[in-house]
Amino acid sequence: MIVGPARLLIAVLSAAILGSMGGSIAAAAETDFPKVVVKDFMFTPMSLTVKAGSTVTWVNMDDEPHTVVSNTQLFRSGALDTKETFSFRFTEPGTYHFTCSIHPRMVGTIVVQ
Amino acid sequence: MSDDQSLLSRRNALKCMAFGGAGTLFALSGGVFTPIDLAMAAGDKQSAAKLGKPLFVQISDTHIGFNKEANPDVAGSLTQTIDIVNGMDDQPALIIHTGDITHLSKPAEFDLAQQLFSRLRTTEMHTVPGEHDTSDAAVTEYFSRFGKASNNKGYYSFDHAGVHFIGLINVLQFKPGGLGTLGADQLEWVAADLKHRSSSTPIVVFAHMPLWTIYEPWGWGTGDADQLMSPLRRFGSVTVLNGHIHQIVQKVEGNMTFHTARSTSYPQPVAGVGSGPGPLKVPGDQLASMLGITSVSVVKHPSALTLNDTALA
Repeated sequence: MIVGPARLLIAVLSAAILGSMGGSIAAAAETDFPKVVVKDFMFTPMSLTVKAGSTVTWVNMDDEPHTVVSNTQLFRSGALDTKETFSFRFTEPGTYHFTCSIHPRMVGTIVVQ
Repeated sequence: MSDDQSLLSRRNALKCMAFGGAGTLFALSGGVFTPIDLAMAAGDKQSAAKLGKPLFVQISDTHIGFNKEANPDVAGSLTQTIDIVNGMDDQPALIIHTGDITHLSKPAEFDLAQQLFSRLRTTEMHTVPGEHDTSDAAVTEYFSRFGKASNNKGYYSFDHAGVHFIGLINVLQFKPGGLGTLGADQLEWVAADLKHRSSSTPIVVFAHMPLWTIYEPWGWGTGDADQLMSPLRRFGSVTVLNGHIHQIVQKVEGNMTFHTARSTSYPQPVAGVGSGPGPLKVPGDQLASMLGITSVSVVKHPSALTLNDTALA
């Protein structure tokens, strides 16, 4: 079992790789990173505050697919099946609203400081 | 078509309801529509075969690619559906698919769906996309295969046997936090498309999301559908066919009949029961009775259409 500093190092490396890809869909992986869980047709938390340069990961825990679509077209995941994830690195401070394009009643916000 | 035919189908409907299926019979209103739900006993495929000549069959929400507990074999259910349609004594002139052909907008899912559809004896199919068909990041998969009829706009119209068909798209433009919409361009186009048509022309409008508000918290509606009703209201017979909710809900308002179809993939809960409109697991022996198609026939030419819902079992 990987503990302590080694785990932190692996986590940081994963973040760097995900971050450099911009947005990407990947099989679910354990992460300590800023995370939005999509469950019961809701984004939880509905508003997440992160530091500029952070990569946010959305993970779908519903039986129904969802998408993550920026209201300004800044990012757009494809359909996320159960347990699939989408990540996006936010470099600029600001407030970013997003919706699920399959269920547009679902909304959320990332506040980048 | 004679009055005998509509009497015969009503008798068949009552007979089939006696087999223990859920049935809803709406009385003729102004001699326009009689939507009839038929849930038929397993093995009683004869009844489907003898429904009378359908003008078209509506198939909806096939969700090819779905593989969870609510139905691990949606391709098998679609195959069963196609067998029922192919088994009708009188073949429908055309098939209308009201969307969610695939589950995740994946190329392999579209390929398999089209492969299965190619087994239909009726080769003319008209489609509109569901939100599951337009969920790929670039939103190109549906249109590259089915976009031609509408020049990739998603909306179009055509005529068949004196009936005017209008396909609409209400899954691309949505209000964040709200419902999907048709949008100003599409509404303008519909008004222009209908403007010079005689009010006695039967109109069939088909789109994926319900074109009336069934349950807003679950997105079961279209934000600007009210504006669609204005140009439609003067016509003597208007049938609005939708999918999306994986169950039959109907409304008759004057000369307009609104009808949503069952899916051929998995049931969804009744409005408001549970956290959202996700797949509903039911006991295995109940599944087939909750999946099905809708067959639409012209009963009193030129102005009336009847709808018959057939379950897979």
